[in-house]
Amino acid sequence: MRLARRLLVALALAMAPPAFAEELKIGLAAEPSAMDPHFHNLTPNSGMLSHVFERLVETAPDNKLVPGLAESWRTLTDTVWELKLRRNVKWHDGSPFTADDVIFTFARAPNVPNSPSSFAAAVKGKTIKKIDDHTIEISTPAPHPLMPNDLSNLLIVSKKHGDGAKTEDYNSGKAAIGTGPYKLVRYVPGDRVEMARNDAYWGGKPQWEKLLFKPIKTGPARVAALLAGDVDFIEDVPTADIERLKKEPKLALSQGVSRRVIYFHMDQFRDDSPFIKGKDGSAIKNPLKDTRVRLALSKGINRDAIVSRVMEGVAIPASQLLDHSFFGTSRKLQPVAYDPEGAKKLLADAGYPDGFKMTLHGPNGRYTNDVKIAEAVAQMFTRIGVETAIESLPPSVFFSRASIGAGGQPEFSFILVGWGADTGETSGSLKPLVGTFDKEKGTGTANRGRYSNPVLDKLIAEAQATVDDAKRAEILARASEMAMQDVAIIPSHYPVNTWGARKGLKVQPRADEYTLAMSVTKE
Amino acid sequence: MSLATSPAPAAIDGKAVPIETPLARFVSDFCESRVAVAALAVLVLIVALAVLAPWITPQNPYDLAQVDVLDSRLAPGEKSFKGPTHWLGTDGAGRDLFSAILYGLRISLSVGVMSGLIAMALGTSVGLIAAYAGGRLDTLIMRLVDLQLSFPAILIALMLIAMLGKGVDKIIVALVAVQWAYYARTVRGTALVEQRKEYVEAAVCLGLSNSRIVFRHILPNCMPPLIVLATVQAAYAIALEATLSFLGVGLPQTEPSLGLLISNGFEYMLSGKYWISFFPGIALLVTIVAINLVGDQLRDVLNPRLRR
Amino acid sequence: MTAFILRRLMQSAAVVAIMSLIVFFGVHVVGDPVYLLINPMADQKEIEEAIRALGLDRPIWEQYWHFLAGALEGDLGRSFVFGEPALKVIVQRMPATLELAFAALMMAILLGIPLGLYAGLYPDRLASRTIMAGSIVGFSLPTFWVGILLIMVFAVMLGWLPSTGRGETATVLGLTSSLFTLDGLSHILLPAFNLALLKISLVIRLTRAGAREAIHQDYIKFARAKGLSGRRVIGVHLLKNIMIPVVTVLGLEFGGLVAFSVVTETIFAWPGMGRLLISSIQSLDRPVIVAYLLIIVLMFVAINLLVDVLYSVLDPRVRLGEKSA
Repeated sequence: MRLARRLLVALALAMAPPAFAEELKIGLAAEPSAMDPHFHNLTPNSGMLSHVFERLVETAPDNKLVPGLAESWRTLTDTVWELKLRRNVKWHDGSPFTADDVIFTFARAPNVPNSPSSFAAAVKGKTIKKIDDHTIEISTPAPHPLMPNDLSNLLIVSKKHGDGAKTEDYNSGKAAIGTGPYKLVRYVPGDRVEMARNDAYWGGKPQWEKLLFKPIKTGPARVAALLAGDVDFIEDVPTADIERLKKEPKLALSQGVSRRVIYFHMDQFRDDSPFIKGKDGSAIKNPLKDTRVRLALSKGINRDAIVSRVMEGVAIPASQLLDHSFFGTSRKLQPVAYDPEGAKKLLADAGYPDGFKMTLHGPNGRYTNDVKIAEAVAQMFTRIGVETAIESLPPSVFFSRASIGAGGQPEFSFILVGWGADTGETSGSLKPLVGTFDKEKGTGTANRGRYSNPVLDKLIAEAQATVDDAKRAEILARASEMAMQDVAIIPSHYPVNTWGARKGLKVQPRADEYTLAMSVTKE
Repeated sequence: MSLATSPAPAAIDGKAVPIETPLARFVSDFCESRVAVAALAVLVLIVALAVLAPWITPQNPYDLAQVDVLDSRLAPGEKSFKGPTHWLGTDGAGRDLFSAILYGLRISLSVGVMSGLIAMALGTSVGLIAAYAGGRLDTLIMRLVDLQLSFPAILIALMLIAMLGKGVDKIIVALVAVQWAYYARTVRGTALVEQRKEYVEAAVCLGLSNSRIVFRHILPNCMPPLIVLATVQAAYAIALEATLSFLGVGLPQTEPSLGLLISNGFEYMLSGKYWISFFPGIALLVTIVAINLVGDQLRDVLNPRLRR
Repeated sequence: MTAFILRRLMQSAAVVAIMSLIVFFGVHVVGDPVYLLINPMADQKEIEEAIRALGLDRPIWEQYWHFLAGALEGDLGRSFVFGEPALKVIVQRMPATLELAFAALMMAILLGIPLGLYAGLYPDRLASRTIMAGSIVGFSLPTFWVGILLIMVFAVMLGWLPSTGRGETATVLGLTSSLFTLDGLSHILLPAFNLALLKISLVIRLTRAGAREAIHQDYIKFARAKGLSGRRVIGVHLLKNIMIPVVTVLGLEFGGLVAFSVVTETIFAWPGMGRLLISSIQSLDRPVIVAYLLIIVLMFVAINLLVDVLYSVLDPRVRLGEKSA
């Protein structure tokens, strides 16, 4: 036994990397599906590829937009934007970065074969024109204030290497030539992604010589890997472990509120909602159409309990669609206070003194602690007389049924879902979640409750055409207030993201949930 | 293991001690192993606890009105804010773990037993038909059985779940699908042997109907190996259900079986809240070990080659 | 013999065709992967575009026909998630799984046979009883639970072994495997043990039964009478005879190890094809599920055929082509 132990120790010593190698090993919760930056519009992919490729406009950790490959941008008219490109940027093979690469990217992004979720939205309706090698103009048919936000979603690829390249060519590394601080060395699907420092990086020498990304999907296994020293840095620390890890002297945690909200969508378009019944099981008219009932349910949720007991403190009770540190939110809104008596009274006023029966549907494993949140809320509703059963479904089944399950219409009556505003401003939540569902206009795309308010629609449209930031923020704040007044949705909480790193590393949390080696510095 | 040393064949032995009925002999044989008796006692206790769960648990863990999220993650022995003490602690949703384990046992056992019974009925019928019909039908059925048995059960179950989706009924279907072939093969083998015996010939001479011969005469004689198989399969089915639930493709999370309780507790393994996963794990382990120990002894006792 | 193999292959092809049909339609019925894969910000038009891009807008019969036509040319379709050929996605991950299964098999033999032999030779000793009790617990323990405990104890508490993942690989004689590096070996130890646990118990029981039977047989008595040392009797004569059934069973169990690695790979973040299957089931990546199934069916058919043929070569009493039970 002692011999075995000694052997193991010797083995461990022999394998320990030499101290001077500046390698950062990162444990990922979600694995990217490709190394092609335009294949799959998904957070793990975009995060990973931010090391290799760059965008015209970058997002700072606090969600502010900052110059990336574009040095500056301005509007020439309401519909035409001019961007100045950085001059001293080189691709990893040494060739210079020019406007042609941007134009090529705009053409490639919406046309990647077999893409399950393309970047078409980022370039849709935009006409791009090369003025000279380092100036471009982008025009849109109507005023489009979110131009920089759109550009902050699109990674620029090299024309020289990308022309005719397929997703496989990026995966093999052949076409994965970027301008970013790290070069792709090796991508072994399911196992690892290796990167090396780009010494010629325009933004100064990157901190780490080598990067190693390992997907470790299971939460405890990821934490174990960090505790055991197999990785230096992990994303998505499970809420269950945070309390203990905070006391761990070997580790340091860093947290930041996400641009995501966990909320409830309610059926507001059917007179007879399929999953709502009277207390005695008889059919009743859809009570969720009554604002008082919706408000009662909102008052029935103990948000503090959800945050402290279910989310173990790593969340913030929600008052609206996005935490008020983000653009276009309302400072006036406060989380609806827990008031079971008031809720019962409201229900009685609305004609439901005994409450009713309802099924809450939610995904299983899509959001942090989703099933537990559903269970807790069902407990709370049951206490105010709304007897609530829960059904949690695998995400693959849940989302298609929740969107088109009932003959092209949302199937459920009351669902738990989450929403992340990719653009980082409330318009990115208001338009798809509470805007009227309209296929042609592209509004209300994720409005699974079909709430509809023409006045609110108008406000959102107005904000969308307002280029002046201050004015737009004010309009969006008003729209948020209106949506909350109507209880168009019931917000629950904003999750807080947690990263864990070994002692000696400092991690800057990011609102966009990207896990980047650039966020990690040595203390 | 002194069984093999007895030289006398079974029939003579049986006549020599006329007071002993087969059942009595079976019981006394079984009781030779103290471990097996203890295991049986534990098993009976577990089943009793599971069956009586609604009357002996302090809480119905599936009734949301009785569970409070404010009680979540209490350590063993801690008091809830309403008063009652949770002797095994509570899980992440505030369920009393003792109650949740007993209710989970109910689900695990019923899934195991239900799927076992259906698989046994199905497999036995198919096996008997194969043995009695013979010829092409027999070849076809046994080919199917061989094929199925050459694939690992977990894969077949995974594929079925991928097609059927989640749910208690679906898990049972998947478990039946992976088990029936074992019964079919065992029954066919035994039935083929039994068929050639005199009592069947006698029955045929008497002009009894085929179904009567098969079900009233051959089937009872196939029972011993079936019983052994059933215990082993029950343990296997329970473990398989737990594994599928752990992989996230088994039962729905709101009414957790033992496997799901362990799986839910898995996320607390490193947080120091060991009890959420540990106690259900122990319950599952004890259950399966007890069934296996009983099954082992049954195999020894019912094996005709070892019979005195 | 040739006729037997031909018939076997034809039966297998029929099975493969039927299985693919069932799974193809079954997965289609469960749900639609698009809503899971697509960026939530996408509007209705983009969703429809994605459905078209994945070929899911066409009727299911047409999709199956398309799949069949491709399959006959060796193209099993493209993964919805990865956008690459499903076959390639699986084959990429296959070495990791095979190496894990192989390591587990070795472990089962190296631990199981000595322990089983000991328990068989000295059945009444306390150590033997402990071994046998351990073997019952060994195959009663749910694999996933043991996996977690192993990580807890050996990686987190003691810090002896890495917790998850596959180590560095090296190429020896054209074979790339992590078994050739120290780092790789240290990584594979825990998952392989986890996977092997069930088989260790099995081997212990088989070996013990074999030893108990053989010890009373004449050739052992003769060997002893000849004055051979106890060590030689056991090591050469006894072991040789026990090994035949053990090795046969283990050969068949190799496929089981590959299948059961689904669980181990999930816990230990092992980058093999088992974990791929689970995530493909969760994301309804139908081409990968179907391709995995076809590959595994072919693998099992091959293993079974090989075992049957080897058997007939080794044991002249077995004649292929006649009824085999």
